[in-house]
Amino acid sequence: MNDQATPAPTVSSEMFDNDRQALEISRETVSIEVRDLDLYYANDQALKNVNLKIAHNRVTAFIGPSGCGKSTLLRCFNRMNDLIDICRIEGEILIDGKNIYAKDVDVAEHRRRVGMVFQKPNPFPKSIFENVAYGLRLQGVNDKRKLAEVVERALRAAALWDEVKDRLDDNAFGLSGGQQQRLVIARAIAIEPEVILLDEPCSALDPISTAKVEELIAELKNDYTIVIVTHNMQQAARVSDFTAYMYMGEMIEFDDTARLFTNPRRKATEDYITGRYG
Amino acid sequence: MDQTAMSSRTSMRQWFKSGDPWIWMIGGGLAISLIMVVGLLLLIAVRGFGHFWPSPIMATTVTVEEAASESIMGILVRSETLPAQRIREAGQSIPEDQLLVTRHLIKVGNRDLTGRDFVWYLDSALGEMRYPEAALRIERREWGNFYGFASALERDGEVVARGEALWPELQQAIDRANELHQRIQSLERAEIGSINRQMEKVRLEGRALELKGVSGAELEASEADLAARQTELERRFEDVQAERRDLLDQSERDVLIAETASGRVVRIELNNIVMASRNNAMGLFGKLGFYAHRIGDFLSGYPREANTEGGIFPAIFGTVTMVLIMSVLVTPFGVLAAIYLREYARQGTILKLIRVSVYNLAGVPSIVFGVFGLGFFVYLLGGSIDELFYPERLPAPTFGTPGLFWASLTLALLTLPVVIVSTEEGLARIPRTIREGSLALGATKWETLWKVVVPLSAPAMMTGLILAVARAAGEVAPLMLVGVVKLAPSLPVDGEFPYVHLERKIMHLGFHIYDVGFQSPNVEAARPLVYATALTLVLLILILNLSAIAIRNRLREKYRAEGE
Repeated sequence: MNDQATPAPTVSSEMFDNDRQALEISRETVSIEVRDLDLYYANDQALKNVNLKIAHNRVTAFIGPSGCGKSTLLRCFNRMNDLIDICRIEGEILIDGKNIYAKDVDVAEHRRRVGMVFQKPNPFPKSIFENVAYGLRLQGVNDKRKLAEVVERALRAAALWDEVKDRLDDNAFGLSGGQQQRLVIARAIAIEPEVILLDEPCSALDPISTAKVEELIAELKNDYTIVIVTHNMQQAARVSDFTAYMYMGEMIEFDDTARLFTNPRRKATEDYITGRYG
Repeated sequence: MDQTAMSSRTSMRQWFKSGDPWIWMIGGGLAISLIMVVGLLLLIAVRGFGHFWPSPIMATTVTVEEAASESIMGILVRSETLPAQRIREAGQSIPEDQLLVTRHLIKVGNRDLTGRDFVWYLDSALGEMRYPEAALRIERREWGNFYGFASALERDGEVVARGEALWPELQQAIDRANELHQRIQSLERAEIGSINRQMEKVRLEGRALELKGVSGAELEASEADLAARQTELERRFEDVQAERRDLLDQSERDVLIAETASGRVVRIELNNIVMASRNNAMGLFGKLGFYAHRIGDFLSGYPREANTEGGIFPAIFGTVTMVLIMSVLVTPFGVLAAIYLREYARQGTILKLIRVSVYNLAGVPSIVFGVFGLGFFVYLLGGSIDELFYPERLPAPTFGTPGLFWASLTLALLTLPVVIVSTEEGLARIPRTIREGSLALGATKWETLWKVVVPLSAPAMMTGLILAVARAAGEVAPLMLVGVVKLAPSLPVDGEFPYVHLERKIMHLGFHIYDVGFQSPNVEAARPLVYATALTLVLLILILNLSAIAIRNRLREKYRAEGE
C-alpha cells in the first residue's frame, strides 16, 4: 500500500484529453474514478457526461458558480443522492476499481468508507463523546475502553481534543460553530473512512474557525483522500492539490491547482477565477 | 407649530398607518380572553372553595300568618329580592302595597325531622337573627346535617357527660366512633369483598369443570377440593362477620342527646356522626383547621347520600387511572402511525387521503366515539373475549360490558389524531442535515430514525400527549357509554391480583359533575359540590398538564438549539 500511495501524481500537459479535460493520474494512485456520469432530476440534467479521476491521499477541490453541480457530483460519491426520489444516475463511479452503483453494493457499508461533512455543522443532540462514538456504536462496538480510545484519537486528529477533553459529556450543541464543524469531522474520521467529502465545510464559519478547519484539512490529507466543494477560490487555492472547475453540470477544466489558477487553458475558467464571470 | 398646522385627517391617517389601532385591537382581544378565563376560574374557585368554610349558624324565629312563632336554626345560604307578585302567585299572601319582597334560603338541616333541609323564608316573617355560641352543626352519614344544641352524651344508656364536660368528651367519642367506622369499612371493603370474590372463583371453577366435561374420579376429586375450599371460605366469612358485629356493637354504644331549635329532643348515634362543630364558637385558626379538614375529607372520602355529600375520591382516582391508561395506549399507536406516515409511506394520493381522514377524525363529535366504543369494543371485542377466555362466567359479562379498559381505549381512539398530528409535525421539523449526518456515517434509515430523529422529536410527541390528556380528562359524553358510572362499588386498582382491574367500572369527575348537578334529588345540597368538583377537575388537568410540560421542557433542554 505504502509505495502505491507515496509517489506524487505526475501531471504533464500531453496527458490532457481536450474534450474531457480529465487529469491522468497514474493508475496506482487513483482513488475515485468517474466515468461518463449523467445525473437527472426528473427531466433536468444536472450533470453532463462527467469524467474525472481523484488522486489518493490528495485534496481535490470542486469550484464553480452556484448550481453548477459540484455538490451534486460530491454527493454521488457516497450515494447521498439516493435519498432524492426523482434523482436518476447513468454512468459509473469506481472506488478502488469497484462501481459503487452496482446492484450488490450495500449503501450503508459504502457510506462507512466514504465519510462526509456538510455545509452547516450538524452534530447530533447527544454528548460530544456520543457524537464521535456514534459511527462505532452503529458497527456494534460497545466496549468502553475501545470507544474512549477511538474517540480520543479522532478528536485529536480533528484538533479538538484539547478544547473538549474536560467536557466530553456535555451536549455537542454547547460548542461554537467552528468547534462543531471539527467535531463533525472527528465523527467522520472515527470510523476510519478511505475518503472524506467536504461540502462547503467553512461557509457557515468565521475566518478564525475557517483557518483552523483548513489547517486540519492539510493535516488529514496524509491519511485520507479528500474532496472539497467550495465557493471560495482562495480556499481552493490554499488547501487543494487539484482543482476542478464546473459550469452548468459540465466539467470544464481539471488540473493541478497551481496551474489552474495561474495558467488556465479554458477561457471560461479564466473568466471565473479572475472574477469576470457572469 | 407643525402639529397645529396638520389637519386632523392626515393625523388620523398617520395613526392608522402606524399600526396603533391594530395593536390596540389585538391587545383588547387578548385582554377580553384573559378576563373570561380568569373570571371562569374565579367563579368556580370562590363557589367551590367557599362551600367548605364554616359559616355561622344562625338562630331566629319564624312567624307565619297569625300562628305562634317557631324557632329555627341553620345557615343562611343566600338572599334574593323579587317582585311580590311572584310570591303571591306561589300562594303566599303579601300586603297589597308591597312591590318587592326579600327572602332568604336557609339550610335548616334535620331532614329526618322536617323532610326538607333547605327552606325559603320571607324576610318579613323572620325575627331577629342571633348566633348562639353553643349552636352545633353535626355532619351525619345519613339524613344530612343536624343543627341544634347538644345536651348530653350517653353510653350504654347512662349519661356520661353533660354541661361543660360534654364538648371535649363528645369530640373524643366522635374520634373513637370514626376509627371504629373506618375499621368496619375496611373489613367490608377488603376482607368481605375478598372472601366474596374467592367464593365466586370457586363457583366459576366448578362451572368451568362442568363446561370442560370432566367426569369420573377426576371430577369427584376436584369437586371435593372445591367443596373444602368453600367451607373454609364460609368459616372465614363467619369470623369476619362476627368481628364486624362486635365493632358495630361497640360503635353503637355512644349516643348523643341533642335538642333542635324548637326544643325537640333527638338521639343521634355516634356511629352516624362524621364530625361535629360549633361554628360560632370557633376562632380564626379553628375555622382554618376545620376548613382544611373538610377539604381533605372531600378529596379523600367516598360519596354518600346519592353523591350529594361526602367526598369524590373514587372519581379522582378513576379519572387519573383512566387518563394514564389512555396515555399508555395512545402514545405508541400515535407515534408509530406518525412515523410510518411521515417516513415510510409512499407520498401520493392515498396517503393524502389517509392524512385528511386522520385529521378529520379529530373533528368527529366525541359521543360518536362513545357509540363506536360501545358497539365495537364493548359488545364485539369484549363479547368475544368473554366467550374465549371467560366462558364459565357467562351469561354474566366480564369484558363484554362497559369498563375501565374500554373507556381508556375509546379515549385513546378519540385523541389519536392529536398525537399523530403533533408527532408528524415534530418529525417534519427535524432538519434534513441531521438525518444526512447520520446516514453519511453508515446508519440505515431505521437506525437514523431510532437513534436521532425520534429522540429529537420527543418534545413534539409530549406536546401531542399533553393535548390528548387535556382533552381526555375533560371528556364526559362518550364515557357514559363505555364504562363510567354514577357510583362504582370498588376502585379499579387494589391489592387483589392482578391489581389493576381493567374490567371494572369507574367513576369520573366530569360525569360526577353531570350526575351531581343534574341527576341529584337534592339540588341545593348538590350545587356547591358541582363547583367544588369542577374546580377539582380543572386542578387535576392542570397538574397532569404541568407534569407533562415539565417532562417536555426537560427533553427540550436536552435537545436544545434544535429550533434555531
